[in-house]
Amino acid sequence: MTASAVPALKMQRRSLYPGWFYAPAAAVYSVLFLAPTFASLYFSLTRWTLFDATFIGFDNFAQFFREPFLIQGLVNTVIYAVITSGLKVVIGMALAVMLTSQIMARGYLRSVIFFPVLVSTIGVGMTFTVLMHPTLGMINQTLAMIGIQGPGWLVDPKLALFSVALVDVWKGVGLATVIYIAGLVAIPKDYYEAARIDGATKLQNFFYVTLPLSRPATATVITLSFIGGLRTFDLIWAMTKGGPGFASDTVASVIYKQYQAGFYGLSTAGNVVLFILIAVLVVPLTMFLNRKQGHE
Amino acid sequence: MRSRASMFGGIAAIAATFVVFVIPFLFIILMAFKDKQQSALRDFSWPNGFHLFDNLYEVIKTRNWMMITAFINSSLITVVSVTLLIVLAAMVGFVLARRKTRWNGLIEFLILAGLMIPPAVVPTIWLLQGLKLFGTLHGMILIQVAYNLPFSIILYRAFIATIPRELDEAAVIDGARPLDVFFRIILPLLWPVTVTNIVVQSVGIFNDFTNPLYYLPGNQNATVQLTLYNFQSQFSTAYNLLFTNILLITIPPLIVFMFFNRQIVAGMTAGAVKG
Repeated sequence: MTASAVPALKMQRRSLYPGWFYAPAAAVYSVLFLAPTFASLYFSLTRWTLFDATFIGFDNFAQFFREPFLIQGLVNTVIYAVITSGLKVVIGMALAVMLTSQIMARGYLRSVIFFPVLVSTIGVGMTFTVLMHPTLGMINQTLAMIGIQGPGWLVDPKLALFSVALVDVWKGVGLATVIYIAGLVAIPKDYYEAARIDGATKLQNFFYVTLPLSRPATATVITLSFIGGLRTFDLIWAMTKGGPGFASDTVASVIYKQYQAGFYGLSTAGNVVLFILIAVLVVPLTMFLNRKQGHE
Repeated sequence: MRSRASMFGGIAAIAATFVVFVIPFLFIILMAFKDKQQSALRDFSWPNGFHLFDNLYEVIKTRNWMMITAFINSSLITVVSVTLLIVLAAMVGFVLARRKTRWNGLIEFLILAGLMIPPAVVPTIWLLQGLKLFGTLHGMILIQVAYNLPFSIILYRAFIATIPRELDEAAVIDGARPLDVFFRIILPLLWPVTVTNIVVQSVGIFNDFTNPLYYLPGNQNATVQLTLYNFQSQFSTAYNLLFTNILLITIPPLIVFMFFNRQIVAGMTAGAVKG
């Protein structure tokens, strides 16, 4: 190969994977996502009317941690994310174990469990609002038939957030299930074979083979549903609008309410709080979930 | 004995999932067949008469045929933004998978950040207003592209990494020009992951409520998710119409589900199995 051929080849290789392929995506992403994210750091420190912004330091954040209803929104967000991701892990795993076993009507079961994932969240929220009505709702009417007085799912301030979380699980558990199914199917059969030779019971099989080896799936389910739970807005808005009172407000619904009320600086501070909340909780969580096992 | 136990378990599972997952959908369908009076009872009963077509007509013509506008808007937003997403994400995924430079780390960080960070709403509105894109379909489309790029890029990059590099070099030796390598050799090979992308992203964008709520205000800009609020008022809700509306907007995802079930599951579980 002659000396001049080397740079020519190099140049050709470079243009085979041209850097400008990044350009259109980078332009849209930087202008419409990154720029507002950076701008939010400044505007969260201002009193803002969209036309002019007055710098007020950390007043918005101070207000966020002073007003009881804003603090409640923050606490609710974490509770909501923990409940929904916890239930999705447990139920999703159970359903996946069931669906990978020799059970009849597997196709039917898989379809009905997964389909709600694809349905409009607002539609689901409105349907369950009707079903959860304290007196006319189908759920409490059914409970009344067997002599149980059902609770006021969405009107009891102590219960509203949990009721919405349950509907979230109803809608989202299908995704957790298919992720777990993909994880379970990938476990080599040899492990179960070895466990069988050692005389493991079904329960031991689950706790010593299935559970540790489906860890990547667990990490994905927890991360996805935890981030989703922290950011949740549409289901809460469709069902309770944060009520009764502020009982089921989350940071995302607070952001919308402050925006509607014209408190743009405070709303943007809410965005920054949510961003920090996600970073503080999710980054260590994913690091913990994805850490290598001791012997590796 | 054992098979009888597993059969019993199977029947129990079918019954339980029927109650939990199927009954709510049957409820929606039954409500859509009822008239206003009967639907106000909100019970799980057989419709007194066949009112589905009356309800459909009523739902579609409400507020000056808003449903038609909404379906056109939602379809436009979905089709155009998914098309853009596919082209842009495939280009990024290709170069990101093939060319290792010191920028790769930063780019991957930005992709993960896009999956995690909630969009800063009011600054985005302020920016869209400055660009004269606030409340326009163009603006909404670009927002959907920006917000959904990270997920599409991840799908493409993972898939492209499985296509051997030798293919690119062979094409060059056979005389393909550099751009041909991507557009005529690689892009056609990406078809399976492109289908996955189309299906997953279009369902997500079609069902999106929050972003149109913020960035696309105004009746002439309504999207299908917002039409659900047409029949709810503080004093009375026309339940038959509300549920007819819910039924109507559930049909597109249902069709997608029936034809692309496998691709949806593949796309949504991508990356879950490898550690």
